[in-house]
Amino acid sequence: MRSQNRYHIDTLSVIYFLSLVMLGWINIYAADYDLDGTTPFFDLNQSSTRQLLWIGTSFFLIAVIFILDYRFYDSFGYVIWGVSVFFLLAVLFFGKEVAGSTSWFEIGFIKIQPSEFAKIATAIGLAKYLSSQNVGVSDKYKLGLSAFLFLIPMGLIIMQGDLGTAMVFVSLILVLFREGLSAKLLFFSFYAVLLFLLTLLIDQWVLLFLVLALFLIGLGLFIKNRKALIFIFGLSVLSCGLIKSVDFVLNQVLKEHQQLRVMSLINPNADPLGIGWNVMQSKIAIGSGGFMGKGFLKGTQTKFDFVPAQTTDFIFCTVGEEQGWLGATLIMILFGAFFLRLLTIAERQKSRFVRIFGYSVVSIIFFHFAINIAMTIGLFPVIGIPLPFFSYGGSSLWTFTMLLFILLKLDSQRMEQLEH
Amino acid sequence: MKSRILGIKFFVIITIFVLSIRLFSIQIMDTDYQEIANRNVIEKAIEYPYRGLVFDRNGKLLLYNDPVFDLMITPKNVDLSDSLLIKKLLFITQREFDQAYLKAISFSRHLPSIFYKQLSNEKFAAFQDRMRDLEGFNINSRTTRGYAEIGLANILGYVGEVTQKQLNMDTTGYYKSGDNIGITGIEKTYERSIRGLRGVKYRNVDVQGINMGPFENGAYDTLPQPGENLVLTIDVVLQKYAERLMEGKIGSLVAIDPSSGEILALVSAPSYDPSLLSGRGFSQNFVTLQSDSLKPLFNRPLQAMYPPGSMFKTIQGLIALEQDKVQADEIVTVNSKLIGDHAPLGKYDMERAITKSSNNYFFKIFRRVIQQGELPSPFIDTRMGYNKWRDYVLQFGFGKILNIDLPNERAGFVPSLEFYDKIYGKERWKFSNIYSLSIGQGELLVTPLQMANLGVILANRGYYFSPHLVRKVGDESLAFSQKSSIEIDTGHYESILEGMQALVSAPGSRAYIPDLVFCGKTSTVENPQGLDHSGFMGFAPRNNPKIAIAVYIENAGWGARAALSTASLVIEKYLNGSVKKKWLENYVLKGDFQDAKPE
Repeated sequence: MRSQNRYHIDTLSVIYFLSLVMLGWINIYAADYDLDGTTPFFDLNQSSTRQLLWIGTSFFLIAVIFILDYRFYDSFGYVIWGVSVFFLLAVLFFGKEVAGSTSWFEIGFIKIQPSEFAKIATAIGLAKYLSSQNVGVSDKYKLGLSAFLFLIPMGLIIMQGDLGTAMVFVSLILVLFREGLSAKLLFFSFYAVLLFLLTLLIDQWVLLFLVLALFLIGLGLFIKNRKALIFIFGLSVLSCGLIKSVDFVLNQVLKEHQQLRVMSLINPNADPLGIGWNVMQSKIAIGSGGFMGKGFLKGTQTKFDFVPAQTTDFIFCTVGEEQGWLGATLIMILFGAFFLRLLTIAERQKSRFVRIFGYSVVSIIFFHFAINIAMTIGLFPVIGIPLPFFSYGGSSLWTFTMLLFILLKLDSQRMEQLEH
Repeated sequence: MKSRILGIKFFVIITIFVLSIRLFSIQIMDTDYQEIANRNVIEKAIEYPYRGLVFDRNGKLLLYNDPVFDLMITPKNVDLSDSLLIKKLLFITQREFDQAYLKAISFSRHLPSIFYKQLSNEKFAAFQDRMRDLEGFNINSRTTRGYAEIGLANILGYVGEVTQKQLNMDTTGYYKSGDNIGITGIEKTYERSIRGLRGVKYRNVDVQGINMGPFENGAYDTLPQPGENLVLTIDVVLQKYAERLMEGKIGSLVAIDPSSGEILALVSAPSYDPSLLSGRGFSQNFVTLQSDSLKPLFNRPLQAMYPPGSMFKTIQGLIALEQDKVQADEIVTVNSKLIGDHAPLGKYDMERAITKSSNNYFFKIFRRVIQQGELPSPFIDTRMGYNKWRDYVLQFGFGKILNIDLPNERAGFVPSLEFYDKIYGKERWKFSNIYSLSIGQGELLVTPLQMANLGVILANRGYYFSPHLVRKVGDESLAFSQKSSIEIDTGHYESILEGMQALVSAPGSRAYIPDLVFCGKTSTVENPQGLDHSGFMGFAPRNNPKIAIAVYIENAGWGARAALSTASLVIEKYLNGSVKKKWLENYVLKGDFQDAKPE
């Protein structure tokens, strides 16, 4: 029985994975395609050609993952997490500064980005902690404590100056929610994010006045309910504090190029030749795609280099311009089906470790997916994170592939997993 | 827990739904974006700066900018069935039209490229009226270099489009494909100062590429900064006169102000009209010039290398005097010819040896310099003596570049010990192998510029300044005050100069200029390939010198004829403003020196 099930890989997930990688490659080819047709077919200067190499090496990684014993991740969970934190620390001192971020090691021609590895390691570390301590519904204190497992790498990555990657770790809240984090806390998180965005949009003094007005109204309505009054008072004080601190973060903590990115979300037309240029050109490219799109290799906005970073962070522009609303939506549905499948896989695990790891994988990939598309269509600031399996680049493709296939490896041997 | 799992799945679906709705709104509901993509494109146009102007030392304009208009084509917007008008306006055939069109397509269908370079004024006027009817065409203005004088090509150089190789090597990241860059001459050496800085202009452009006005009223535009003007050290009147004298000959003439190192004239013959390499005919003319067997693109004063010949005897004399191997008034008797000689047998002191150019005198004193007689082995002894001698020669600026502010200067050649070791084997050579050096022949090679610099050293009795061509960049005067001195006692120069004066300043010599005492030395440079080269080096006047000069004329025989005559005319022109000896001028202009016999 055991040996029969030994390598039962989830076929559907693999099909989704292959489809996404293939569609991604086609769009990189289109984004990079020279309309004059003067580029040779096999040319290492072409992103699409190099992406083929990255895809090839990804299959090698998959093979390694399947050769490794499935118990490795559980047994060495903390070690893996610790090593990744060590590298995040080391890169602060020995890393190479590129475009304002110190997130690379450069050894000869090899470049290593520890923050990519940290995504995988944190997912494993979190799963290990939450499963082994048997924390959960009954122990909210330990659940809260687990947040440090991703807040530490997150803080270190912020110190590297790579705010975009750091924000990815926020998505792990979703895992805690699944494992019993109070819904109130989730509500407060959303409330804080909402207030944060409002602070950017509206003058802070107007907002403070609004909070005060609501406080007074609440005071009038619940004058007899002492518990409610304390809640309203507390919320108002917290809101004021948040509004003031957002102002502080924006002006003191964020670096100039990050401030500009946040600002361009609010008004992309304000500085169309600066940072807002990306978002405006990206929206023009996608917007001009219409219902059916302009057709494969027929996009004009992406072809004429109006859109920057069009093979990496803005690859979705090519999808939107050439495949139109229909193509873009179909691709998003494919992503959706993929996420739902992974959630199903996570839920069918007997082992808590694998289940939590599964949720982490979904959270991380889903966050990249949603934020990347949102930023290309002007719903979110440009924080420079890739679209999973689509964006050109070796390290991001490897990370997503490893996350996915570690999960599929663990799933393939779920019958052998010991229950914790 | 079930509800939470469902909630998470619901969250994923809702997010995708929201994104899809947002896409729907910008892709389908809002047609603005479609229109913007078609209509409103912000185009970044480069505004090219004017290159700096170039003047001669007296403020005469040499190099300026000429506005020209190119007809640009964007192939995808062109209606090919309607090419009649364009052919009529340009007077071109269908064939020429097709060629230009295909060339543009091979560059890009979507980006504009040049269809017809440099429209004439009449054609430009005709086009301006019909521009609206010509979809896919537009006119681009730029400037080319205008040359005020025909000549000075070897000094001014020319500009051309930057090559891919230069782009790769540009570490400053300034240059973009299509930029102009100085290719040679001072256009190249002073490129940084002379080029100016590009400006940028953003404008709204519609789908036809028609300009719809500046973007945001030019709030983001930057103005181009014109390049800085240059003032040369060249005296253009003297330069043009020297060029005229050198016409029809092969060779070089270099004149330097000894008190500053400023080059007054720098002639390379044959030369070319620099305006050939500016504008429409560039590639065609360049090929013609490059394949010319007389190599007009070769900047001879800096790049041609010849043996110095007898002019080198001045240095031999100075070194021997400094090393105390001979006294200026010591009588050396030449009673047999150890080496071929045109000077008669007899008694020589230093002065007479220079004037008569006695090969045997210098053979003898060079032997004393090389064979120090301090070591028993003649081979090791020679090595030591030779090395000391070579150190002096290098001090005179030979065997190394003088760092003139023009590209491609060559160093000439002063053989090293290793060089002779390679030929003869280590410690297998001695004086008898290298005696040709005594009369400036053998392996020695010098450039005309180095010879003129020798004139400067003799004029100054022992020092020179780096020869240069530019006095002022913008408002800033360039400092070339670095003095290079030669470690030879000033007193040793007098007997040499005496001999040089007697050679050229005696009444009856064809170089004689009344009321002017000057010094010079001729060379008849042995040329195994053909007729001997004629060479001259000197300076004037002897006291308080104003001009040092070197002339090489290839295959013109005796130095005392072609080179000396030319040099004396240039000296007279510079010091007196005009030339009285018309017969000598005609003799040089006629240029028939080859059948001339020694006098």
